[in-house]
Amino acid sequence: MESIIRTEKLTHVYSRGTPFEKTAIHDVNVEIYRGELVAVIGHTGSGKSTFMQHLNGLLRPDEGGVYVEGEDIFATKEATRDVRFKVGLVFQYPEYQLFEETVYKDIAFGPRNMRLSEAEIDERVRESARLTGVGEELFERSPLELSGGQKRRVAIAGVMAMRPRVLILDEPTAGLDPAGCAGVLKNITDYREATGSTVLLVTHSMDDAARIADRLIVFHEGTIAMDGMPEEVFSRQRELVDMGLDVPQSAAIADALRARGVQLPSSIYTSRRLREAVVALAKGVAPC
Amino acid sequence: MPEQPIIRIEDLHFTYPGDSAETLRGLSLEIAEGSFVAVLGHNGSGKSTLAKLLNAILLPTSGKVYVCGRDTEDEEHLLDIRRSVGLVFQNPDNQIVANVVEDDVAFAPENLGVEPQEIRSRVDEALRTVGMYEYRLHAPHLLSGGQKQRVAIAGALAMQPRVLVLDEPTAMLDPLGRREVISTVERLCRERGMTVVLITHHMSECVNADRLIALSDGMVTADGTPREVFSQVELLKREGLTVPATVRLLYALREAGFDVPLDALSVDECADAVAALLLARGRV
Amino acid sequence: MLKDVTIGQYFPGNTIIHRLDPRTKLILVIVYIAALFTAREWLSYGLMLAVTCAIVAVSRISPRTLTRGMKPLVFIICFTGVLNLFYTTGGTTLLDWWIFHVTTDGVKRAVMMVVRILMLISGTFLLTYTTSPMALTDGLEMLLNPLKKIRVPIHEMSMMMSMALRFIPTLIEETDKIMSAQRARGADFETGRLMERAKALLPLLVPLFVSAFRRADELAVAMESRCYHGGEGRTRMKQLRMARRDYLALFSGAALLAVVIVMNVYGL
Repeated sequence: MESIIRTEKLTHVYSRGTPFEKTAIHDVNVEIYRGELVAVIGHTGSGKSTFMQHLNGLLRPDEGGVYVEGEDIFATKEATRDVRFKVGLVFQYPEYQLFEETVYKDIAFGPRNMRLSEAEIDERVRESARLTGVGEELFERSPLELSGGQKRRVAIAGVMAMRPRVLILDEPTAGLDPAGCAGVLKNITDYREATGSTVLLVTHSMDDAARIADRLIVFHEGTIAMDGMPEEVFSRQRELVDMGLDVPQSAAIADALRARGVQLPSSIYTSRRLREAVVALAKGVAPC
Repeated sequence: MPEQPIIRIEDLHFTYPGDSAETLRGLSLEIAEGSFVAVLGHNGSGKSTLAKLLNAILLPTSGKVYVCGRDTEDEEHLLDIRRSVGLVFQNPDNQIVANVVEDDVAFAPENLGVEPQEIRSRVDEALRTVGMYEYRLHAPHLLSGGQKQRVAIAGALAMQPRVLVLDEPTAMLDPLGRREVISTVERLCRERGMTVVLITHHMSECVNADRLIALSDGMVTADGTPREVFSQVELLKREGLTVPATVRLLYALREAGFDVPLDALSVDECADAVAALLLARGRV
Repeated sequence: MLKDVTIGQYFPGNTIIHRLDPRTKLILVIVYIAALFTAREWLSYGLMLAVTCAIVAVSRISPRTLTRGMKPLVFIICFTGVLNLFYTTGGTTLLDWWIFHVTTDGVKRAVMMVVRILMLISGTFLLTYTTSPMALTDGLEMLLNPLKKIRVPIHEMSMMMSMALRFIPTLIEETDKIMSAQRARGADFETGRLMERAKALLPLLVPLFVSAFRRADELAVAMESRCYHGGEGRTRMKQLRMARRDYLALFSGAALLAVVIVMNVYGL
């Protein structure tokens, strides 16, 4: 597999040299491959947000480096600026960053900063609006008039419109109701399917991670505590709970069933897979 | 002696000024003293509006809300009503008024004109109750989300209310903060007999409630114990509410023609029920 | 960078200066300023300087913190000094070249003005460095209480001030966050000409205002639900109480002012 982002010995210390000095991340070595959908998990203060802000050059490491497509993003000023368009970052509660008079102009803000032609900007705005389910009838409305869920989708579209090779989203479903969560997660998988981009989902919701990720990286106290396929990570339930994280309920049920002697493969951690496997067992068909 | 409900709502309608559509469309409810009631609903179901109607921040367009037997429209007793119903909101940053934890908790009793010494003891007790006493001299903006929400709960407790209404108190918190807040609230209800109304859209937070009310488009669509409500899988799906994975699994087995109970809510209960079924069929 | 500003900052401590009632400190600062402007000659200046140094020493605020706080004011201080140096007449002429005309009186005035400004700044800085913002607003409210009789909204003003102080850290954090978010969308806050830079602030200012209004709205509801109904009938958990040290401090302040006035009369 081809690597797209690599960090080497990444270390960041906040307020160095003051009594408030705090090491946020320490010696983080990660390799992200092209086309992956990776969930970066950890509770507040685990370092996951600090880590993520290094990947597009918003924070400078105190030690170590970040390489995007093999290039050191801190090598020159130009490289640091360019990487913002290669690695798109959607912040937590992104709806609070909307500022333009119309939805259309707000989505176009990023592409415009890239100095693209009007035709190119228009194409990108329409494409990302379609992918996030923002109807064209909303284009001339003020973003401030929209509902909470719509605002969130407009803000995400604004970053997608820059067509970054890597899209990073920080808690994209925070504060949304179940329907809203499902909607945003579907936007993300649709976008990935349509563009083949690499996606990093930063979250503390294990349910979100279980639903769409194919690899999980767990941060704890500024370092990577686990890195692997969802079934590998979810099988370490005790450790996850001790780190202040949840386990998807379906993974917990599967685990409880195994404890009661039911033979279930370890790849079961979503509700759908669990239901299929248990029903098949009950009917006497071997689970796949 | 029949117990008087601590909150009684009669045919409550509410429309925001300037809105054409009604937010609440004929709500009637009674809430018993000392109970833990969870109110569930998607965004825009009217649940936050309901919270504000419970302590006279908003007044009904028509219908009545009674708190401890008092009409919330009775202006003379406005402060009495507000001190009986403590409100905790979603965003912890926007409800903390002072820059020292203990000063913030003292805010409500100060407004009520309580004697300084009495305020001191109420503040200390409230902070101990939520486990934040050691942080009494800290600056709130340096606390974690869960800690801030516990300070907000202490701020409400210092009024010595009879009902605590929490409007999505965990929406902005991580799993750890969520656990802190929910266990604090459950303890308040179980150990101190506080009436709790918890508004949320997280299923897992309602499992231990005495009663679960599902709200949709300003009306009650389901009302009963969590077991009763969660077993109405079809209804919940229709209302855009997620069903716990435990119930979904049992429901799938039922649909496939197996006889399992639908109300095994917890992971262990569910696993017991499923394991029993498989064992009976000789599949284990 | 926003965090480096020390003006108005509070450094917690437990010295006698920290423990003085905020009202005492507010009055003392006024007395101190009055004494500063009464002092005219070397001897009275020396006395004021000695008093200032003594207070700084007792408060345990490091002189370095004080001088760091004065940095933004260096220009004004130098400017005043230079102005006084060249535009004072009288005394023996020391230098007379082109338009520059320096006399002994000029040198004396320049030194005195600079020392006066430095002492003025030190005195007011010490007040905010040793008094928590809440205590300061409380003290101000109580001192200005008599003005309520002529319908000056003292309670509302002090409530607004303490709310503002409470939300400064929150809003700084928010500004930081929005700035990062817009940078991630390619916004450029650093380069460009003045007009371009002003325009580039729009993506920062609009969200900041929208969010501040939303916060204000939610805060108002939260305060109302906690029975806030203005200052009427309100009590305080922390009663401000004047202790013996406060009376002593006030007495010393009055004595200092009296001494300086007498010195002024005798031209010392």
